[in-house]
Parts: sequence; C-alpha cells; structure tokens
Amino acid sequence: MISRNQYLVDIALSGRRLDDRKADEFRQIVIEKNPIEKAEGSALVRLGTTQVIAGIKMDIKEPFADTPNEGVLMVGSELSPLASPEYERGPPTENSIEFARLVDRAVRESHAIDLEKLCIKEGEKVWIVNIDLHVLDNGGNLIDAGTLAAAAALMNAKLPKVEDDKVVIGEKTNKKVPMVCKPVTVTHIKIGNNLFADPTEGEESVATSRVTVGTKDDGNICSLQKGGTEGLTMKELEHIFEKSVELGKQLRKQLKD
Amino acid sequence: MKRIDGRKPDEIRPITMQAGVLKRAKGSAMVKLGRTMAIAGVYGPRKLHSKHQQDSTKAVLKLTYSMAPFSTDERVRPGPSRRSTEISKVIRQALEAAICLEEFPKAVIEVQIDILQAEASTRVAALNAASIALADAGIPMKDLVAACTAGKIDNDYILDVAGKEEDVTFCDLPVAYMPREKKITLLQMDGDLPVKDVENVIKLAIKGCEELYEKQKEALKERWISNLKLVEAKA
Repeated sequence: MISRNQYLVDIALSGRRLDDRKADEFRQIVIEKNPIEKAEGSALVRLGTTQVIAGIKMDIKEPFADTPNEGVLMVGSELSPLASPEYERGPPTENSIEFARLVDRAVRESHAIDLEKLCIKEGEKVWIVNIDLHVLDNGGNLIDAGTLAAAAALMNAKLPKVEDDKVVIGEKTNKKVPMVCKPVTVTHIKIGNNLFADPTEGEESVATSRVTVGTKDDGNICSLQKGGTEGLTMKELEHIFEKSVELGKQLRKQLKD
Repeated sequence: MKRIDGRKPDEIRPITMQAGVLKRAKGSAMVKLGRTMAIAGVYGPRKLHSKHQQDSTKAVLKLTYSMAPFSTDERVRPGPSRRSTEISKVIRQALEAAICLEEFPKAVIEVQIDILQAEASTRVAALNAASIALADAGIPMKDLVAACTAGKIDNDYILDVAGKEEDVTFCDLPVAYMPREKKITLLQMDGDLPVKDVENVIKLAIKGCEELYEKQKEALKERWISNLKLVEAKA
C-alpha cells in the first residue's frame, strides 16, 4: 500500500495531474460580484474547489507622513477554520500573513489603484481602502484566488457617502475606486522536476518549491516571491516567467468590468 | 555610469563578514553591508521538547529575523511585525534548501538574526550572516547560501541597491543562491519591469551572490585559523 502523499508525488513525477489538467492549465474560475451588500465592494472567487471572498471597507483617515497626498491600502487575511482541518482560531499564522502580503504586493506594485485620487485633503484626510480576504475553502492556490478576489472586489466597489469629512454609514455613492490596472498573480509549484501552474491543495502538500509572479496589464512583472524549501535553476525561472505572463493574460480576461 | 553614492554598477557596498562573534551561541556571525549590520546566532541541534512540533524524519529549523528598536530613523516597535514574520519565513526556507536537516530527527535548530542597523538589504545581510553562523556551528550543509540584491535604474542594471537608489530603481530584487548546485533559494521582487529585464537583474544578483560567497568562505577560514592558533598556544 502506498500513502496518499507518495501517490500524489508519483502522479506528479510522471508529469500528470489527478484532475487531468495540463501543467499550464488553470482550474475553472467563477467570479461572483458583490455578494456582500454591506461591504463597499466584494467578490467571491471560486478557483476549482478553492473559495475566497474579498471584501472592501473604506474609511477616511490621516495619511502616512511620507505619502501625504495618497490614499492608504491595507490587505488583511483570515484563514478561517472552515477552510481546512489544518487551520485553527487564533492570531494570524505565518502562512496567513504571507498570503495577505503577497496579495498586497500584487495590488500595490502594479499600481492597480490610483492612490493619489484617493486624497481628500493633502496631509489631513485620505481614503483608506481595507481589503480583507476571507478563505472559505482551501482547495489550493489561495494566492491567485485571493488576488483575483481582491481585484474583482476593487473593480466593483462604490465609495461611501461623505458628510463633514465623515463617512455616512450604510450609504454608498456611485463613485468607483480609481483603478489603473488589473492586478493578477500566477503561481507555479515544483514537484520532482516538473512545474505545475495553479496547484491544488494536494499538489501543494508535496511540492518542494513555489513561485508567484505578479503581472500588470502590459505584461511587465511587478512582484515575485519564491516559497518552499528547494532551490530553482535560472532555466526553471525563465520557463515560469514566460508561462506566468501568458496565463496572467488569460486570468485578466476573467476580470471584466 | 556613476551611481548616487559613487559606486560602479556592479559594485557592492563595503562589506565585512566575521564568524564566531558570540561566546554562548554554538555558531555566530556578523555581517556589515555598508551601514546595514546583521548579527546571527545559532543554537542546537538539540531535542525539540514540544512533541507535537517534532518531525520524526528531520530537524525543525526555527528562524527569527528581528530589527532592533534603534536600527532605523524612526524607532521600530519591538516584537514581531507582519513584515518580519514574512522575512523570517523566506529566509528560513532559503536556508532549509542547504541544511542537512534529515541528520537530526526530532531535533530543533534555532537561528536568531538581529538587525542592529538598517540601511537597505537587511534580509540579504541577515541571510548571509545566518548562513555563516550555521556553518560556524558545525551544522552539516550542502553548501553555503549567499544573498544579494540587484535592481535597474534608467538603462543600467545595478548590484546591491542602497540608500537613495531605492526611490528610483525600477525594482528591488533580493536573491539567495547556492553556487555549487546553481540553485536560487530565495527570490522576491517589488517593482515594474519586462520579463527580459527581470531575468537580467536576477543574473546580476547571482553574480553578487557568488562574490559574497567567497567572502563567507574567507570569514569561516579566518575563524578556523584563529581557533587552531588558540589550540596551538595551549599546547
């Protein structure tokens, strides 16, 4: 008898996947817009069996001292115990923090939001955009699902009503968050000598390394992160970059206005 | 092309690496990269007392990167932050690729890295220090892991982005590398560049890693020679 892990490794070593996908094929993506009416904007992304909700809440705050004329972007995450037998209640884990920071970088470094347009009064009042990622079901590749959810939620968000420089709770305007570009990430993992895009949770559990590539609308790379405990060669990276730009274009098509 | 601080494009800031700088730790190292100062200490391998954290097939590597409150212009609030948690994770994974953890089942190896002064590339300085400290502790490794950052300003690729360059570079890209296996074990990037440029920046960072790798070896050699001298003096 062989263990589940050994089975997953054996399949991957032969270059195949349990769900018969090609190495560079994403699972089906379904994006539900604004499922949460109380949020300024929200999106539920289903990537295969993975489900992530991104919710946007906005408020007016003082800007950071080094960027007095820019709005503030914050990304948080919650790996709910709903989503996996491995998740527990409690303070954010290392994985949860990395997840939020990777989505944050994909949005921030692609300059997806025109933060200067979110300045109300320089040095005094700016919009703060809180993106909270809530993982409901971890079927693998949370990062790409989370970035898609964040992007979709931002694109569908409406600014709240303001009176006397204060947000009127529960009332929205028709103004949108000023978006410049659609942030997208593409994640690959490595098992044996094979690289696979959009890994399932099972594939992730036996992977030795992982690379996430954030791209912009023009195909430029804006963020990179390697994870996992094995090294990668330059040749493998070149392959991953090429595939990630290509797959990023496909993902971006899912983010229609 | 001359850089803001007068360096050549492929020139790393003045660097010193020293092994065995702490008495109590089993292995230790100090790395100074320009004004950035990182000190690393290693304890273990020793038994991991908490049973549920143990791995019966290999040692667990615990690594903490932290910044001293006085290390930057604005005081750093003590304790773990989201940033330091992520950096600890990527550094740990970059080193795990090199350490023969399977030789110590159920054990723990602990690495603490303190940034005493920060002026760009703290994770890179931290990683270089931790790698030397692990070797200094006598922990079996497949190779040393060396790390360096690179970027691009205007039309030039530059090594070891620092100071005001951070505001004008198209990207900030740290790489960790094991020269013997030619493998990249840490890769991050913030910025905005076409794929070809990103590849060239990585290749330049690897060159920087190879240069720092030699410095790491020198630091360890110096440490062993001074140890030998001590033994001889006693005899």
